[in-house]
Amino acid sequence: MNGPKSPNSWQYRGLNMVNPGLDHLSNGLIDLVKTGHNVVAGSADLQYSNGLNRFAEAYPDRYISFGISEQNMVSTAAGIATTGVVPFVATFASFLGLLTCEQIRMDVAYSAQPVRLVGHHTGISLGFYGTSHHATEDIGTMRSIADLTVVSPSDGAQLEAAIRASANWDQPIYFRIGRGRDPVVYEGGTTFEFGKAHVHGFGEDLTIIACGITVHAALEAAAAMNAAGRSVGVIDMASIKPLDRDAIIEAADRSKSGRLMTVEEHNVLGGLGAAVAEVLTDEGKGIRLKRHGIHDEYSLIAPPTHLYAHYKLDGAGIRAVAEEFLRS
Amino acid sequence: MTLQPDVSTSAGHNSHQPDATTIEHLRERAQFIRLETIRLIDIAKTGHYTSVFSAAEVFSALYYDVMNLRRGEPGWEGRDRFTIGKGHAAVGLFPIYADLGFFPKEWLDNYTRLGSPLGDHPDMRKVPGVDFSSGSIGHALSNAIGIALAQRWTGQDYKVFCMMGDGEMQEGQVWEAALFAAQNRMKNLIAIVDRNGFQLDGRVDEVMGIEPLDQKWRAFGWEVHTVDGHDIAAVTTLLRRLRADGAREKPALVISKTVKGRGVSYMETEPGWHLGWLDPTDAQEAIAEIKAQVI
Repeated sequence: MNGPKSPNSWQYRGLNMVNPGLDHLSNGLIDLVKTGHNVVAGSADLQYSNGLNRFAEAYPDRYISFGISEQNMVSTAAGIATTGVVPFVATFASFLGLLTCEQIRMDVAYSAQPVRLVGHHTGISLGFYGTSHHATEDIGTMRSIADLTVVSPSDGAQLEAAIRASANWDQPIYFRIGRGRDPVVYEGGTTFEFGKAHVHGFGEDLTIIACGITVHAALEAAAAMNAAGRSVGVIDMASIKPLDRDAIIEAADRSKSGRLMTVEEHNVLGGLGAAVAEVLTDEGKGIRLKRHGIHDEYSLIAPPTHLYAHYKLDGAGIRAVAEEFLRS
Repeated sequence: MTLQPDVSTSAGHNSHQPDATTIEHLRERAQFIRLETIRLIDIAKTGHYTSVFSAAEVFSALYYDVMNLRRGEPGWEGRDRFTIGKGHAAVGLFPIYADLGFFPKEWLDNYTRLGSPLGDHPDMRKVPGVDFSSGSIGHALSNAIGIALAQRWTGQDYKVFCMMGDGEMQEGQVWEAALFAAQNRMKNLIAIVDRNGFQLDGRVDEVMGIEPLDQKWRAFGWEVHTVDGHDIAAVTTLLRRLRADGAREKPALVISKTVKGRGVSYMETEPGWHLGWLDPTDAQEAIAEIKAQVI
């Protein structure tokens, strides 16, 4: 018999099997079709990376294979959307948020077409694939585009909830999702509302505002700090645009230390931290804000978990940064 | 603007030939497009005369004969669609849309003025009749593909026309779209290249050559036709035939050989007229020249 002998060997087409979290993308879309929504999906040669192969198997007539042509994919999706059909198109966040940025602005947002853009394997989650595959600028590029909604779910359940909610959302949406192996935040499922944060608690010492994969790590950090006597809360700011300004203002008002912190798997320039800083200055809150994330640099090469530890984006790292900030 | 019967072209080319009255009407409308372009650009004091003049016969054939449209109903779901990559020629489309009752003719009088829906490039959110916004070169074929592809999920039946500039052939996205349309056998898609030979920096063949254009598109899996883009009878016959062809299993591309600035002699020979403005005296002379000739 030809082929590898070891049961630990694996090939690319099995990748989705080790990415169970990305099933949520297909699950969400399949639910939309089943509930009568005229939804189609497409991908740029990455259906096994984003799990859309499951949608393609369920609804082969509703799946579009674009090949490696991201710009054509986005502009075509915009054309589809003019007819009332709602297209979800997915590729790596690094390509969607940068390579197709202009197509998103012109054909999707400016043209007001309700396209759903799904950027997956965001941040530094592609590890040693390197900077070409890292997306640490996409929040910045996408949120600066007028009339474009930006959502960064923290786990698969929240992604599914956001996809369900999108059925009643007219604006185009950029979904920024992880690599599918992200830890679960919402064990029993969750709800999602555009413009509303999921508040896990406000802290008197510190409230950590996070999004995406860093929410789970922030909750770990907060739990450890609270166990040590601190008062630390966490806000899951999945709705980056529209942003939940009220939650930010309340976190600032409840802070007795005069400090707030943001965490993101993104450059601290232009991302979630910048968005929160804009609200705090708009409102004249006069509070110190620690923006934690990637500090205007290109990531080292390493497996993802090693990178999260190196950049202090895991639970222990966020706790260390938070403690240092509270001491400063 | 007539409804074409959905029949195969095997009956022969002649059956799609317009009669003399139709040809005269389409010629007159092409002249109208040129004259209105001069009038509107005079309001803006800057505009792309020559980009419209090369495409005027194709615009006339499409909107006044070939496309299935309803006067006064720009949002009719069954209509044929048109996307344009050379969006700077919109100044020649707006008069047509007003003429077809898509929006009030008075809108034209405030072309490009503060708050006007009508700018140098077409905006689908502001201008009834614009099937997709334009302004960034290279997107329009993909937009057209999306509109045509969606018929699979809406069940509607229409054709999608897309006009691109010849300089636009230099954009990589065009060739991504070309592959996609061939792969998906998009027989409801008819693209037109306005091969006027010039782009902003000079002759297309000198800036970044694109020939052999017909062979390139054929190699990409398209059915390719070449036509004299100022021969209104030939253009109309070809577009009618391609629209009616129910047997074609691939997208069609028309290379429309044109002269940039056609209609005003000095514009035909001077590429600098890609963008410009005519002083009222010169405008009157240009108008007289356009009116004096039969294109």
